[in-house]
Amino acid sequence: MVFQKDPFNVIIGGVGGQGNVIASQVLGRILLPKGYVITIGETYGASQRGGAVMSHLRISAKDQFSPLIPEGQCDLLMALEPVEGLRILGQYGNPSVVSLINTRPIHPIEIISGQTPYPDVSEVLRRIGELSKGVWAFNATEIALEMGDPIFSNMVMLGALSMLDMLQIDRQGFEQAIGGLLSSGRLAQNLEAFDRGKMAVEKI
Amino acid sequence: MSIIAQDTPGETVLLMGNEAIARGALEAGIKVCAAYPGNPSSEITGSLAGVADEFGLHVEWSVNEKVALEVAAAASFAGLRGLCTMKQNGLNVASDFLLNLNLTGCEGGLVLIVADDPGALSSSNEEDSRAFAKLGDLPLLEPATFQEAKAMTKWAFDLSEDLGLPVLVRTVTRVSHARGNVLLDELPRPTKKPRFDTSRPRIALPVLTNHKLLREKLERAGQVFETSPFNFYRGPEKPELLIITCGSGWMYSLEAVANLDLNERVGILKLGTTWPLPEQMVLNHLSKADHVLFVEEVSPFLENNVKELFAQNCVDLGLKRFSGKATGTLPDIGELNPDIVISTLQDILEVFYEPVSAEYALRAKEISDQLVPERPLGFCAGCPHRATYWAIKNALALDGRDGFVAGDIGCYSLGIGPSGFSQMKTLHAMGSGTGLAGGFGQLNAFGLDQPVIAVSGDSTFYHAVMPALTNASYNKSNLLLLLLDNSATAMTGFQPHPGTGKTASGQDAPILDLEVICKALGAQVEVGDPFDMKATTETILRLLQDVEGVKVLILRRECALVRGRTQKKLFNMEVDQDLCLGERCGCNRLCTRVFKCPGLIWDEIAGRARIDEAICTGCGVCAEICPSLAIRKEVV
Ligand SMILES: Cc1ncc(C[n+]2csc(CCOP(=O)(O)OP(=O)(O)O)c2C)c(N)n1
Ligand code: SF4
Ligand code: SF4
Repeated sequence: MVFQKDPFNVIIGGVGGQGNVIASQVLGRILLPKGYVITIGETYGASQRGGAVMSHLRISAKDQFSPLIPEGQCDLLMALEPVEGLRILGQYGNPSVVSLINTRPIHPIEIISGQTPYPDVSEVLRRIGELSKGVWAFNATEIALEMGDPIFSNMVMLGALSMLDMLQIDRQGFEQAIGGLLSSGRLAQNLEAFDRGKMAVEKI
Repeated sequence: MSIIAQDTPGETVLLMGNEAIARGALEAGIKVCAAYPGNPSSEITGSLAGVADEFGLHVEWSVNEKVALEVAAAASFAGLRGLCTMKQNGLNVASDFLLNLNLTGCEGGLVLIVADDPGALSSSNEEDSRAFAKLGDLPLLEPATFQEAKAMTKWAFDLSEDLGLPVLVRTVTRVSHARGNVLLDELPRPTKKPRFDTSRPRIALPVLTNHKLLREKLERAGQVFETSPFNFYRGPEKPELLIITCGSGWMYSLEAVANLDLNERVGILKLGTTWPLPEQMVLNHLSKADHVLFVEEVSPFLENNVKELFAQNCVDLGLKRFSGKATGTLPDIGELNPDIVISTLQDILEVFYEPVSAEYALRAKEISDQLVPERPLGFCAGCPHRATYWAIKNALALDGRDGFVAGDIGCYSLGIGPSGFSQMKTLHAMGSGTGLAGGFGQLNAFGLDQPVIAVSGDSTFYHAVMPALTNASYNKSNLLLLLLDNSATAMTGFQPHPGTGKTASGQDAPILDLEVICKALGAQVEVGDPFDMKATTETILRLLQDVEGVKVLILRRECALVRGRTQKKLFNMEVDQDLCLGERCGCNRLCTRVFKCPGLIWDEIAGRARIDEAICTGCGVCAEICPSLAIRKEVV
C-alpha cells in the first residue's frame, strides 16, 4: 500500500501511564518491516506523571522526517482518552483527519478538585466529529478492565486501529512487533486485547 | 533479547536516539560505562546495563556524574574504551573533574554524552551545555538523526584516541527521546587487557605545558573536522538564504524548506562537529550567501562562533546579514519545532503557507480551548509522596509559624504544585534543599522563627545530600530532613541506587543503610511509614518543636509504579455511596478537592466521591481522610 500522503502523520495521544509510548513503538515496529522510514517523537519525561502525552509518528517511503509534526498536519489520530483527542485536534487537526477515540475519561486533578467540570463525553465526540473526516469510538478501557488490567487498553486500541484499514496493521505483524518488546508471559493477553479491540470498534 | 545487542549487521531497526547512542558505543567496543540517570539521557546507560553481562561490560549507575566521569576515565587511562552519560545539570556536577581531565588527556577512547533538555520538559533548568566544550577546549559533536547518533558515537571513540582527549557528544530531547531507522553494523568483542602506564602519569601539572598541548590537540580536531562526513551542505550553489544548523535544527530546517517549497532558494549547511568549527568549510559557504540564518537549540552557540569567525575574515567576505537568536528572529529560550522554523522562513522570504484553512484552524482552536481542561502533572495514584506532603501540610498548619519545605529534585519536586499541596517553596539543584535548610537553621540565632523542612529522595541523598547533612551537623545547625525512601530513582525511570541492594546490571549489591549513614553523619534518626499519615504528622510536629539539632526522618514506602510491577493492590477500595454525604458533609470535599489522588474522583451526577477503578492502585491511604468513614478499604 502506498499512502496518499508522504509522510503520513499519525498522532497517538493520552494521559501519562496509559501506555502511549508502547503503542507508538508497536505501531512503528509493525510498519518498519514493510520498508518504511519511520520517525517517532515522544513527549514524555516528567509528563509520565499523569500529564497529557503525545507520540508523533511519521511514515515515509523515502525520508526521515522530524520527530514533531507541523501543526494542522495530522492524518490519523488515535486518542486513548477523549479530551486528549480534542486537545490534539485543536493544534494538529485538519478536515481530512480520521480519529479513533477511547471514550473512557480520565479526570485531571483540576476536575477532581472541582475547579472545572469534565465536559460531556458525547459533546466531546460530537466536536471531534465536527473536526474530523471520520470518527471511530468505543470504550477500550472497559474491555481492558474486563480482561483484568486497564493497561491493556492501548493494545485494544491498536486492534481497533487495524480495522480502520488506513495503516497496514495485521495480527501477524502485531504479534511480531510485540515479541521482544513486551514480556512474553503477556503475549496471549496482548493478542486477546488486539482481537477484542478489532471486534469492538464502531464508526460513529 | 535487547534490540541494541542484535548481531545482525546490515539490518535496519527502529531505535530511540538514546538506544542508537548505546548501540554506537557497543559497535565501538566499549568496556566500561558509568552514569548517573537524568532525562533525556537515562536510556543510554539503561539499555547498556541490560546487555552488560552478554558483552562482558562493566556498566554502573554511579552516585553522581562527577564520580561517573571518573570511573569512565579510569577505564580510558588503562587503555580501554569508556563511556559516560548524563543530562545537562549533570555536566555542571562533573565539570570540575572534566576541566582537569582536558589537561591530562586520555588513552582509550573516552566519550562523554550530555543530553540537553531544550524547553526544560523534564528539568529544573534550561541550559546549553555546549558552553563546556568551549570552556574546556574539548571537541564537540552533535547528532541530528538516529543514524547519526549511532555513527557519531562510534566515531567519537576513534577521534578521542586519535587526539588523546575526551570527546563531548551533545544530544537533545528530540534526538534522544525520538525513534527512527538505524542501520546496524558489526559488534566487536575486544579482549584488550587494561594497564595503566605509570611512565605517563595523568597529572595536569605543569599546567601551562599541558594547556598548550590541549590547544594543539584542539587545533588538530578542527583540521579533522574539515572533511568530516557529519558536516554537509544541501541546496543550490548560491542560496538566497543559508541556514546553518546542527542537531534537532537539521530536521526542522529540512521540514520547513520542504513545506514551503524553498529547495531552489534556501541552502542548509548542517554541522555535526560544532566545536571547534570546521573553519574553512564554514568560510567557503559564507562566501556564497549574503544572508545567514542560524537554527539551533538553545543558546546562540553556533551563531556566535560563526560570527566570531566571520569577524576575523570579514575583509575577504564583505557584508553579510546574520539572523538568529541574537537578532530576535528565533526565540532564545525554549525548544524549536518545525512550525517555528517554517514561520521564520515565511517572514524572511515572504512566502505563503497555510496547511489548513484559517477558518478550520480557528474553529479547532476555539473548540479545544472551550472544552479541553488542563492536565497538569501530579503524583501517581498511590504515590507515597502525596501522603508525605499531606502529613507535612498538616504538621506545618498545626505548628502555625508559617513553615515551609526546602525542596530537592525528584518526583517529590511536584510538591511545588497542587498535587503536593504547594508546600515546597525552594527548588534548585540536587542536594540544595538540605544545604539551604541547614543555612536557614543558622538564622534562628537572628530571630528566624519559621520551621523549615528539607526533603530529599533516596537517590538524591547519595548524590548530593550527604555533604550538606555533614555540614549541618558539623556547623551545629537546626535541621529537619525528611528522607523520602521509595526504593528507586523514580523520576528518571526507577534506576537502582546504593540503597536498593541491586546494581545497574541487576547483580546483588551491599545496601548502604540510610539510617546508619545519617547517624554517622551526626543526625538523630527516626523511621516512619508515610502511609500512616496521622503518625507521620505527629512525628514531624514533635521533631520540629521539641528536638534541637540535626534530625532525619526516613519515610519508607515503595514508589507506586515500582510496587505495581510485582505486587497486587493492597486493598480493594470503595466509596460507600450512602455514607458519603457529598457537598452536605461539611468537609469541603476533603477527599477530592483537597487530597486530589487521581484514583478518587468526584461523580458530578451522583454528587458523591467515587473510586476510578482504572486508576486507583489500592494503597488505602485515602480511607484515613474521610470524616464520615465512607471510603472503605478491604484487604485483597
Ligand atoms: C545533577 C542532576 N543529575 C540528574 C538529574 C536528574 N534527576 C532528576 S530527579 C532525580 C533523582 C530522583 O530520585 P530520588 O531522589 O530517589 O527521588 P524520586 O524521584 O524517587 O522521588 C534525578 C536523577 C538532575 N536533575 N540533576
Ligand atoms: S513514579 Fe513513583 S514516586 Fe514518582 S510520582 Fe509516581 S508513584 Fe510517586
Ligand atoms: S486507595 Fe485512595 S489514595 Fe490510594 S490510590 Fe486508591 S484512590 Fe488513591
